[in-house]
Amino acid sequence: MFDTPHSAIDERLSDTKIAAKKVQVFYGDTHAIKDVDINIQPRSVTAFIGPSGCGKSTFLRCLNRMNDTIDICRVEGEITIDGEDIYDPKVDPVQLRAKVGMVFQKPNPFPKSIYDNIAYGPRIHGLAKNKAELDEIVSSSLQKAGLWNEAKDRLDEPGTGLSGGQQQRLCIARAIAVNPEVILMDEPCSALDPIATAKVEELIDELRTNYTIVIVTHSMQQAARVSQRTAFFHLGILVEEGLTQDIFTNPQDKRTQDYITGRFG
Amino acid sequence: MAEHTVKAYDDELTALAGRIAEMGGLAESTVNDAVAALMTQDLELARRTIEQDGRLDELLQEIEMRIIELIARRQPMGKDLREVVSAGRIANDLERVGDLAKNVAKRVIAIDSGLTSKKLAIGVEHITELALNQMKRVLDAYTRQDAKAAAEVRENDAEVDAIYTSLFRELLTYMMEDPRNITQCAHLLFCAKNIERIGDHATNIAENVYYMVTGERLEEERPKVDETGVVSN
Repeated sequence: MFDTPHSAIDERLSDTKIAAKKVQVFYGDTHAIKDVDINIQPRSVTAFIGPSGCGKSTFLRCLNRMNDTIDICRVEGEITIDGEDIYDPKVDPVQLRAKVGMVFQKPNPFPKSIYDNIAYGPRIHGLAKNKAELDEIVSSSLQKAGLWNEAKDRLDEPGTGLSGGQQQRLCIARAIAVNPEVILMDEPCSALDPIATAKVEELIDELRTNYTIVIVTHSMQQAARVSQRTAFFHLGILVEEGLTQDIFTNPQDKRTQDYITGRFG
Repeated sequence: MAEHTVKAYDDELTALAGRIAEMGGLAESTVNDAVAALMTQDLELARRTIEQDGRLDELLQEIEMRIIELIARRQPMGKDLREVVSAGRIANDLERVGDLAKNVAKRVIAIDSGLTSKKLAIGVEHITELALNQMKRVLDAYTRQDAKAAAEVRENDAEVDAIYTSLFRELLTYMMEDPRNITQCAHLLFCAKNIERIGDHATNIAENVYYMVTGERLEEERPKVDETGVVSN
């Protein structure tokens, strides 16, 4: 990230994929997210950082309506993807989540074969007309996730038999299989060793040419390595958002400064 | 600024800044001694000054190791990152200041017959006062984290450059007056140039202090005037 001139990044990131305006989230009486405004640019990686409980994961989950599944959770404000309000009653959350895929902290492959893990989404969304097309989706998804060489000879084996890092890349392949435009990642490497982490980071870097990626991470070094823009959350507020290189070398807000330098948290 | 959650990190940064301050003080006194040796033709002081420079080299190495270890251990970010990177650059400049002072001290020994007239060297003493004042102010700015004072130091370098230009002309005049002055005036001219370079290092340090404190670079390029007619880099 540091080798890219500001002007080039600014130009590349001039348009908006996801726009959030005055977003509030309540869990019962708790006001978890307050007045968050942010524009997320297409085909780039945006990192959300902040101390535990700052609301970064909660806000991430608003972007594909994962919070709908929690009864006491209420979301206000407006979130649009390509200008369309994702909270419009006409929007089908299942379709939305195909378009906005998600990868979780702990790899969570289905208790099925590697093949079926990938084929599951395309099947329920009717993306393949026949077996040959489905095979093609499975192989291309595994290739994009950098898992093809390791998995091609064991597609019938259970996904849960893979190593942690491989499972996480399987989950990324599974998200890719349904042609998403956005991929949300909630601490995708926190359960992985440094080598597996490096592979996932390399993958994120490749994927950003085709997808809009939003990643929540507790590792500031990881945010600095993989993202083009970084947003810092604290106590439910979006404190500061900007080019990653600026956030980590010269943040404007004292709270950001204190957090990234290890002065509170 | 508030303390780090990890106290040892604060200690490491404080110790690093302390080393830079120590190096700064030593660099100042090396310059001071070298020029005092020149003015009084004190060969013993000149030799001690040359030895003193070795201590600056050692300090630079020690600071570099501290920085490498600190980066490996803490992965500094934000202001801390700027502080650590700037410390390395400043230490380099201070080591160069020591080298330049050492070169002045060597010339004291090289002018073996002594100065025929102290008048010839008064200009060098004057430019040294200015350059040392720049050094002192920039080291204060570093310790006080004062970006404004650092910016002023950079502005003031023009004065050192101007004095150097007039000193160059003055020494040329002495050489033309009496060819027997040429050897010592040539040495004095190199001494003056060394001191002028020390002023440039003070400017480098000022730019680093400014960046360290603000996160911004001092923008416009300083006009660089060399009216001596010889290329200066």
